[in-house]
Amino acid sequence: MTAVLENPASEPAVGAVPSFEVTLRIRRYNPESVHGDEATWDEFTVTAHGTDRVLDALHKIKWELDGSLTFRRSCAHGVCGSDAMRINGRNRLACKTLLKDVNPDKPIIVEPIKGLPVVKDLVVDMEPFFASYREIMPFLVTTGNEPSRERIQSAEDRARFDDTTKCILCAACTSSCPVFWTDGQYFGPAAIVNAHRFIFDSRDEGAAQRLEILNDKEGVWRCRTTFNCTEACPRGIEVTKAIQEVKRAMITRAF
Amino acid sequence: MQTHQYDVVIVGAGGAGMRAALEASSQARTAVISKLYPTRSHTGAAQGGMCAALANVEEDNWEWHTFDTIKGGDYLVDQDAAEIMAKEAIDAVLDLERMGLPFNRTPEGRIDQRRFGGHTRNHGEAAVRRACYAADRTGHMILQTLYQNCVKQDVEFFNEFYVLDLLTDHDLTTEQVEDGAEVNATGVVAYDLATGEIHVFQAKAIIFATGGAGKIFKTTSNAHTLTGDGMALAYRRGLPLEDMEFFQFHPTGLAGLGILLSEAARGEGGILRNADGERFMERYAPTIKDLAPRDIVARSMANEVREGRGAGPNKDYVLLDLTHLEPAHIDAKLPDITEFARTYLGIEPYTEPVPVYPTAHYAMGGVPTNVDGEVLRDGRNVVRGLYAAGEVACVSVHGSNRLGTNSLLDINVFGKRAGRAAAAYAKTAGPHRELPENPARRVVEQLEEMRDRPDGERVADVRRALQETMDANAQVFRTGESLHKALADIRDLQKRYRNVSVQDKGKLFNTDLLEAIELGFLLDIAEVTVVAALNRKESRGGHYREDFPQRDDAHYMLHTMAYRRPTSAPDVADGHVTGFFDHVEAFDGYKVVLGSKPVTQTRYEPMERKY
Repeated sequence: MTAVLENPASEPAVGAVPSFEVTLRIRRYNPESVHGDEATWDEFTVTAHGTDRVLDALHKIKWELDGSLTFRRSCAHGVCGSDAMRINGRNRLACKTLLKDVNPDKPIIVEPIKGLPVVKDLVVDMEPFFASYREIMPFLVTTGNEPSRERIQSAEDRARFDDTTKCILCAACTSSCPVFWTDGQYFGPAAIVNAHRFIFDSRDEGAAQRLEILNDKEGVWRCRTTFNCTEACPRGIEVTKAIQEVKRAMITRAF
Repeated sequence: MQTHQYDVVIVGAGGAGMRAALEASSQARTAVISKLYPTRSHTGAAQGGMCAALANVEEDNWEWHTFDTIKGGDYLVDQDAAEIMAKEAIDAVLDLERMGLPFNRTPEGRIDQRRFGGHTRNHGEAAVRRACYAADRTGHMILQTLYQNCVKQDVEFFNEFYVLDLLTDHDLTTEQVEDGAEVNATGVVAYDLATGEIHVFQAKAIIFATGGAGKIFKTTSNAHTLTGDGMALAYRRGLPLEDMEFFQFHPTGLAGLGILLSEAARGEGGILRNADGERFMERYAPTIKDLAPRDIVARSMANEVREGRGAGPNKDYVLLDLTHLEPAHIDAKLPDITEFARTYLGIEPYTEPVPVYPTAHYAMGGVPTNVDGEVLRDGRNVVRGLYAAGEVACVSVHGSNRLGTNSLLDINVFGKRAGRAAAAYAKTAGPHRELPENPARRVVEQLEEMRDRPDGERVADVRRALQETMDANAQVFRTGESLHKALADIRDLQKRYRNVSVQDKGKLFNTDLLEAIELGFLLDIAEVTVVAALNRKESRGGHYREDFPQRDDAHYMLHTMAYRRPTSAPDVADGHVTGFFDHVEAFDGYKVVLGSKPVTQTRYEPMERKY
């Protein structure tokens, strides 16, 4: 299906920012449709402005051309993690990817993230992803009495795990991992990142248990250090480095 | 259709909902129903901090925090509630730290604190370091920490379930329920997005924690999903909404986009400048300048633009200048917001000032509650078993203008209180109350009507028209004329709404259908916002009427209570009409009846608000 949308006359002028035509080639899947379990591809052409993101183009399509186009989104500025998708073969957040940065001269290919069951169009079932997350005990484990004031933590100790606190659980990393694609049982980078966040928190006392969980055959050793995850992370977390640090901690038991 | 039974059902899994869940689930069988995965909630977008008078870095006490909150809210704050919030703030922060929240630390390893707008030492002497923070992603850390602890406690979630109706044992839209008579909440009806199936949840206690309604405006920091669902459901079921005319416009939204840049940017030393490079806040708030409360800063910015001193090719924004700060300091304290400027505007904040303009940010009003989160059905009586907390609620701790950081505080303090009260009530409430016959009827009819309408207007067109009229006519500056224009537009849009249709007719993950339902919520919230704004012929906090620029305590030192009633109902809201709050606005098929509620004053006499 190809549909073209003219720039509506009511659109306000956007200063000096030029507008341009952009075509999105989107992978569609809807078991309720005539195509049943078969995925199809649709192309849509819309007019975009200089600062528009892929999410803006998807909204324009949904709101003005095809209301059945289905995707998740919420905050629209890269902090809620709803709209991870494959854009020109790379996992990104649609709300953080400017159209002008993904070569709008050619059709932009938009697909759901890989390795998780597709529910409809760009929406995947996130349950397996969250199940792995829950398994690594993603919470502070402490023993003894609660202190009456805050626990003391030096700025250096706080900095030790700062990078991995940034995770928004968008699944861009896990669903970019070739090991995860072939073996859905693998915990995946995001779960390990969140284990890292607690293993290296000086206040936490659950590191040994978490390392035991990740020492599993579906655990951290499945990582083949391809760096896809680091490249995919929209928060700039050094995911592969974090995984390496967890591997090292498993050997040295130093954390 | 599926039916579930719980002691406590919490609607919404942002900060308030999950904080409530941590309390309730340890004492009573609890379910959390959320239209998003919990970690997608907009609490995660909050940036700057959460205030509590820990006095970790300088002298401070909760009484000063109470005063700042009351003054910041232009004295429309219920003072007993503000005192509770400021006092319990300290434990709220310590609770989060114990749960694992990675706060930034002082050199001694304590929780670090920084300055924030309107928070002062000794009743306004100077800015005080009161905001506890984790870089500029404090909300993210709070949301993650609360979710982590929900995982730890094995809290039961129903994710991507939209609550579309509230069930009570009296129809408050039509019945005249006497003062003191018992009204009970009995359940909610939800729609499972993945399957399209209807689920009825029967509960002894229900907590609404559904967040705000920023999407009534075009330029907003709010997520697409903030469509006022909980407020609109309560309003449709005959419950009042309080102080809806007070909406906060955050001063520093990225120009043209509305994406939030935290007040922490100014707390860390950032300065607002006009096109001439002038630090214009020195003229508007000589003592605390750029750290004046948000209503004052937003108005000052809008005024600079109106008077021709705006920057940029269209002179339609001002500049947030961070260029005098060390890049290392910016990276340590403001990493996310500076990245937003780079990503979305291509601006390098180390060397260039960032274009900013006010963005619709926060509803001070909402579903009225007492300090235990119990929802009021008028100025005096509660609905038994119904609670609300967070932005959906109006306690009222924010009055007519919320101070920065007090929302993260509100969700933690009143989320906890509501969760605790709901569980305690559920334990003593006896067996579940009977649900009405065919409890899902209204929801099923509404969805089928929308889905079956063969052809009509697009949801997006009606929504855009609503957002544009709200931006043009009900934003930072309002007049009787502009608000009448907005109201006329909303009447027209309510009519057009009856003719919108969706293209997706399926059962599975039908976001087209849900966006149409959400638009109905937005229209109702915009309607009540504008009616209340028209009635309040004074300027106070976030509500500025150019035709009535002064605060008028003699006539308007009262909370607005707005009720939707059938056209045939009496024009009196709850039997206690006060002179300037007896307005009735007729609509097609119903009317909005205004009433009022006194402001609770304890020890602070209203004064002129100067900074």
